[in-house]
Amino acid sequence: MIVNGKEMTFEENSNVIDLLNKLNLDEEKVVVEINMEIISKEVYSERILNDDDKIEIVGFIGGG
Amino acid sequence: MKIYVNEKEMKFNERKTAFQIRDEIKPEGDIVILNGFIIKEDSKLEENDRLVLIKRGEKPNEDELEHLLVSRHTPGVHGKVKNAIVGIAGLGGLGSNIAISLARLGIGKLILVDFDVVEPSNLNRQQYFVKHIGMQKTRAIKDIISQINPYVEVETVNTYLDKSNIKEIFEGVDIVVEAFDNPKCKAELINTVLTECKDKYIVAASGMAGYFSNNIIKTRKIRDKFYLVGDGVSEAKPGCGLMAPRVSIAANHQANTVLRIILGEKEV
Repeated sequence: MIVNGKEMTFEENSNVIDLLNKLNLDEEKVVVEINMEIISKEVYSERILNDDDKIEIVGFIGGG
Repeated sequence: MKIYVNEKEMKFNERKTAFQIRDEIKPEGDIVILNGFIIKEDSKLEENDRLVLIKRGEKPNEDELEHLLVSRHTPGVHGKVKNAIVGIAGLGGLGSNIAISLARLGIGKLILVDFDVVEPSNLNRQQYFVKHIGMQKTRAIKDIISQINPYVEVETVNTYLDKSNIKEIFEGVDIVVEAFDNPKCKAELINTVLTECKDKYIVAASGMAGYFSNNIIKTRKIRDKFYLVGDGVSEAKPGCGLMAPRVSIAANHQANTVLRIILGEKEV
């Protein structure tokens, strides 16, 4: 699948949480978009990733 | 011909110059602004030109003041921003700067939300004064805006924003501005607006600490209706503080993005 423009491979049945863990991102500090749709945090563990998914992740850092 | 003089529509039978009208209407006017630009030399006028005549130091009456406050704007901008409603989540370094820039533009209405009070350590980057220390930020910002542009309608909400109240508080706004400090709050607001308030724009910021280069702070369009300002990497943490210059650079990237959205410029 494509994550932020780069091709990545995952084990079968990986979900959004697995992806965030692999990228070392905190699930509470991100916006996740899969195939142009924003994924609600509540369904990160249910949403299984498919080979043809196009995923964009935006992480936020502190300061303001 | 039709000319707007101090924002009042006036009709003239023959073609006039700017200084002819000044001499007829306000001979003591020593500042002549034609279509947002101060002129020193006389200029022929075109249909629908906007001429503002000011006597330096004179206090204008209330009818004139609102228009005079924005007489240096690009023509046509004020009419559009006057109809806009913008919500700002957080009134710290980002939010206080954004609120003031939008107030100077003469935005129609601002909905300003924060739960906190002004502390001395805020004054290194936030637009408050020593007299505001201990005051709710919502009250302090309202005080400042009233002294900049009293024609901006300001609604303040003194509360902690989270997903339980975001939708309701920002119900009436066209654009939500994310101006929090905490990255979890940033993510919660942005996720909530993108999933539950799909008709609204959101303009957020991430990465503006320290004194790194000006030029790595960018505005990116992440998706339709979602814009993100910042360098994406300079996190506020021990050893890397938040200071006025870069925080206000980011804040005004956000403010200009709001202005551009209102004026129909959707690309960055």
